[in-house]
Amino acid sequence: MYGRGLKPLSIASVAALVGAFALVFFYAPEDVDQGFIQKIFYLHVPLALVALGGFVTGGVYGVKHLRSGSREHDMKSYVAIHLSIILGVATLATGMIWAKASWGAWWVWDEPTLVAFLIVFLLYACYQPLRFAIEDPDRQMRYAAVFAVIAGAFVPICFMSVRFAQAALVHPRVLDQTGGGMPGSMFFTFLVALAGMTLLFVTLWKFELSSKSARMQLAALRRRLS
Amino acid sequence: MTRRYGERLALDGVTLSLPAGSTLAVLGANGAGKTTLLRILATLLRPHAGAARVLGAALPEEGWRVRGRIGLLAHDPLLYSELSARENLRFHARLHGVAAARIEALLEEVGLGARGDEPVRTLSRGLTQRVAICRAVLHAPEVLLLDEPYANLDPAAVAAVAPLIGRASGATRVVISHDVEGGLAEADLVLGLRGGRAEVLAPPASADLSGLYR
Amino acid sequence: MTRAVAALLRKDLQLELRTRESVPAMVLFSVSTFVLFRFALDRERLEGDLAAGVLWVTLLFASVLGINRLFVTEREQGGFDAFLLAPVDRTAMFVAKALLLFGFLSAVELVAVSVYSVLLLGPSPFQAFPGLPLVLALANAGVAVVGTLVGALAVQTRARDLIVPLLALPLLLPIVIAGAEATAPLLAEGGAEALPGRWLAILGLYDVVFGLIAYAVFDFLLED
Repeated sequence: MYGRGLKPLSIASVAALVGAFALVFFYAPEDVDQGFIQKIFYLHVPLALVALGGFVTGGVYGVKHLRSGSREHDMKSYVAIHLSIILGVATLATGMIWAKASWGAWWVWDEPTLVAFLIVFLLYACYQPLRFAIEDPDRQMRYAAVFAVIAGAFVPICFMSVRFAQAALVHPRVLDQTGGGMPGSMFFTFLVALAGMTLLFVTLWKFELSSKSARMQLAALRRRLS
Repeated sequence: MTRRYGERLALDGVTLSLPAGSTLAVLGANGAGKTTLLRILATLLRPHAGAARVLGAALPEEGWRVRGRIGLLAHDPLLYSELSARENLRFHARLHGVAAARIEALLEEVGLGARGDEPVRTLSRGLTQRVAICRAVLHAPEVLLLDEPYANLDPAAVAAVAPLIGRASGATRVVISHDVEGGLAEADLVLGLRGGRAEVLAPPASADLSGLYR
Repeated sequence: MTRAVAALLRKDLQLELRTRESVPAMVLFSVSTFVLFRFALDRERLEGDLAAGVLWVTLLFASVLGINRLFVTEREQGGFDAFLLAPVDRTAMFVAKALLLFGFLSAVELVAVSVYSVLLLGPSPFQAFPGLPLVLALANAGVAVVGTLVGALAVQTRARDLIVPLLALPLLLPIVIAGAEATAPLLAEGGAEALPGRWLAILGLYDVVFGLIAYAVFDFLLED
């Protein structure tokens, strides 16, 4: 059921990612202040944005599950959050590499975005332990959905609180580098990278959904035969 | 009605109807689905497939309408052990909107007037069961769902509670009992469950219970 | 619904007075934590940022204790079933428990803040009035709402004692941030400075957003 469109989607993802890669290395200009390492920005920011988007999507499907009780919605929510957690790890890792290169320290508290992201990540890291601590499957799905909703609402509040707590924004705002906006070439590369990451997420999401759904159908058939 | 627990079917397509004022005895081995059935009728669980109607209300959507007219006596007495019998009953009375005077009347009837102010944890199982019975009938329910109501009760107590939860109460009753003879004696209809399925559904005279407890 | 909330509250207060499980433990824990901080930080007098930070972190951990115990009697003594059988709005349990937690926190803070001002606080606590009680009240509301949700969620899982802090700490972090940022200027050596209003706004926003979410979502936690 979910396998439909998987092939063209995968091809599109690969194309976008390869394209982004090429653009990053051959087209986008080097940043004046930070040099070559700034290019990790094209990986780090899309990862962060897609991860956050995934968390919110998980929350949306959580709401849907609570209203409908359908197993599909729960699965979609679960896979979205689970993939976003993985992307979250990658975000933090690339963020730390960027921090080390830019400021010489593996972690800096000065920039609110990374800190807020860490807090959100810590919250979502509890999602799977929570699920596995509940035995009754129906209850597990319902409670996971409730968690997804609460955590989804938490994301913007967290970012807002942390941002207000830092007096000055020191997170390298590549976006304000040239007083107002990135040079067009950077922005274009960024967009392609973002598109590639989003496509990758959707592809992996569909892939995992179809694999899980197939496994469930197989189990149901086995039960019926026995 | 069907109710799953994960992949296991706790109740598998059980169908029955019970006229008002009559008694249904539910028999079966442990794990046959008796408690699940009771909890569905009490609006605590929802059937995963099929439907149930209690007092004219479709469960689970309209369960809230009739909840106040159903009384459940479960395996768990549903009492706070640190509070006294009176305090527990007062709490339930407030939740159900029942006058306080009824609490005294009930406690007297089951013989707990004197020990009504001691914490429930100091009461014996039998006395606790009596308090639980008071709790179940506090709001004068029209439907009584009873899980082993006479467990832990001495004969005097059984006689004392009979007007409250026995046939004499006039309520429509669903009674789970491991005392097969006693259960049959009081019932108009017998439901025998095995592995979640209804193996027997007949008046007591013609009920064949040989397969239930194998 | 008010009748149900009142009945639940009354019952819970009776239980707390009888068993004295939550509030004294939270108070003792707070005092112990103050002593811990004195040694861990190697300071005897705190003021400003540090004073606010120590206070809020201690209150956060004490809250976790309270959240842990919030639904335990319901779970162990059949309270959920008893409530679900009653012809009342199920959200009444959320309101009652949140009010209960709010009450517990207020009581604990009354004692804990007093002890804190004697043990560790440099400047006089009265210079922080009326800002401090206001911030505490707003923060307590947020902790009450989120704590009740997390407590209800965790009590049905296998590892309740672990799940509560794991979930509550990140979720309550904005409250700690806002609380500490708001009270730090109030506890400055040399007289209180102005209370930064935007933190009150953030606390208020937090309370409203999670209050609404909790209202919408709580019933699902009680279902079976």
